Amino acid sequence: MSTPPAPDEGAAPILRLVDVGKVYATGSVQVEALHGVSMEVARGEYVAIMGPSGSGKSTLMHILGCLDVPTTGSYDLAGEDVSAMSEDALAHVRNRQIGFVFQQFNLLSSLPAWRNVELPLCYSGVGRAERKERALRALEQVGLGDRVDHRPGELSGGQQQRVAVARALVTDPALILADEPTGNLDTHSSADVLQLFAELHDQGRTVVLITHEQDVAASAQRIVRILDGQIESVVPSTRASIR
Amino acid sequence: MTWGETFRTALEAIRSRRMRSSLTMLGILIGIAAVMLTVGLGQGAQAQVRDQINQLGSNLLIVSPGSTTTTSGIRGGRGSASTLTTRDATALASAVVAPDIAKVAPVVTGSQSLTAGTTNWTTNVVGTTPDWLSVRARSLTQGRFFTTAELGDAAAVTVLGSTTATELFGGRDALGQSVSINGTAMTVIGILNTAGSSTTTDEDDQALVPQTTYSSRVAGSGSSTGISTLYIEASSTNALSAAYQEANKALLSTHAKTALTADFTISSQQSLLTTATATDQTLTVLLAGVAAISLLVGGIGVMNIMLVSVTERIREIGLRKALGATPHAVRRQFLVEASALGLCGGLLGIALGLVGAQVLPHFLDQPVTIPPLVGVGALGIALVIGIVAGVYPASRAARLAPIDALRSE
Repeated sequence: MSTPPAPDEGAAPILRLVDVGKVYATGSVQVEALHGVSMEVARGEYVAIMGPSGSGKSTLMHILGCLDVPTTGSYDLAGEDVSAMSEDALAHVRNRQIGFVFQQFNLLSSLPAWRNVELPLCYSGVGRAERKERALRALEQVGLGDRVDHRPGELSGGQQQRVAVARALVTDPALILADEPTGNLDTHSSADVLQLFAELHDQGRTVVLITHEQDVAASAQRIVRILDGQIESVVPSTRASIR
Repeated sequence: MTWGETFRTALEAIRSRRMRSSLTMLGILIGIAAVMLTVGLGQGAQAQVRDQINQLGSNLLIVSPGSTTTTSGIRGGRGSASTLTTRDATALASAVVAPDIAKVAPVVTGSQSLTAGTTNWTTNVVGTTPDWLSVRARSLTQGRFFTTAELGDAAAVTVLGSTTATELFGGRDALGQSVSINGTAMTVIGILNTAGSSTTTDEDDQALVPQTTYSSRVAGSGSSTGISTLYIEASSTNALSAAYQEANKALLSTHAKTALTADFTISSQQSLLTTATATDQTLTVLLAGVAAISLLVGGIGVMNIMLVSVTERIREIGLRKALGATPHAVRRQFLVEASALGLCGGLLGIALGLVGAQVLPHFLDQPVTIPPLVGVGALGIALVIGIVAGVYPASRAARLAPIDALRSE
């Protein structure tokens, strides 16, 4: 796994949204979930997107994760405009550029940890031996080198989320996108996982974390607050000021 | 995702839901086994009939008297009048009249009581010529058949069927013993090999005597030249239809009849075979239809399970899509899974069918012949059923939006 280049002020943003809007049509009712959202995230940045439920942060996360496309505006990810891509092309972008970490972990319970971690590599055509090697290395990185053959059911919540982080890392993506990664964890495990994100950031990775908790958001460099589908404020977090 | 990877994933999915997968396969398994066994039974019955008929003699034509047409246009049934004579036999045996006829055996039969010592046995007594043995494709286990000289002399000799010999003499050697037929003592000169029973008569229970002996000593009265059946052996299987034409023509001309007023009927083994196999085929088609319906039900079972599977694994599908699975890859995964279910069910069904083919004959007294092609075909059908049953669930899975799939609880 090559280490991404260190954050550089002058570098092109890895993620740029320009005037993004999203309208859901449910029957005759049209719901505007996002309105005129513009933001940039530089390579190596650690950004938290915060907002109460219903604020549109989930919709923003789906668009950032290429799980959905914006109705208006444009979205560039790692230099590519993904706002008008086909479903197949989006699948490839998700596979190569984005590492997801979900609130529900979303591990396949029938597979041991390392098979869960290698899953994204299966879809990018990496050979079997290399997949296993990379999966084991990613698990080592999240501190689970001794649990590679455990199934998700045999691991604690915090450990399961670490497996999920390893899975997000394994493809060496441009962006790690975490959606409420601590939502299902106790305080101890939460701190653990947030520590892991901080370490990844220190290694130069780009992390975008979506949360509704102030404490969690505080671990990032910058907090983007969303309210009623619009960016309300962008503030540097306390952690950033400590640095 | 490579094909190998897709297969591995499919097999893992099948294995991880063992109970459900086996029940799904059971539907296909039973269907395939049922189709194989019904086809096997049909084939077995046909082969049996074919063997029985071939045993009666190859290249054989049978001329029966009857079918006389009265002036009112009513045709009498086969055998309703004895219009055949030994003269017909002599005429047909001529190489000039009928070059494609190799041998002719006139036969005159009647039920008679046979006595050996104190044992009585009533059986069919057949008066014929030495050619009978060859025409009916029979052989002897012991002794010899009667000769042309014995035919000329109306010798008091007889050849017994194996059953007849056993009934009259028990385990003792029948050869050289004396048997009384209708009061005339005859010497047993030969015993026929067993031929099994045809559909109408027991070929092993009969007593053969020279035709001249039959008319002068066995049959009390009546025509000394009238015969009940004429067996004709064509020179080869290919010459059968030529022999048929020649016999028909010769008999029509000697009897001074036209095709419409013919007083005889010529039938061939082929026509018997056709009738017999046609009956079997109807039954086979009927049974195979029932089996095919059970296969269809099995296919619906596969589709049902795959649909349940898609709903149940909606989060897995969402996750796979989020991790980079294209709709195409998801569709392929579910299609392969459905086909694997069909294929495994098919393989097990073939195994069960083959076991059934070994076991069933012990209970049914009916041979089961499964042609290898049926096995291959059954496997193909199972695979096709799996694929067809998988298409709809697979495209449903492929169409799922990743966010909807991930969101569902």
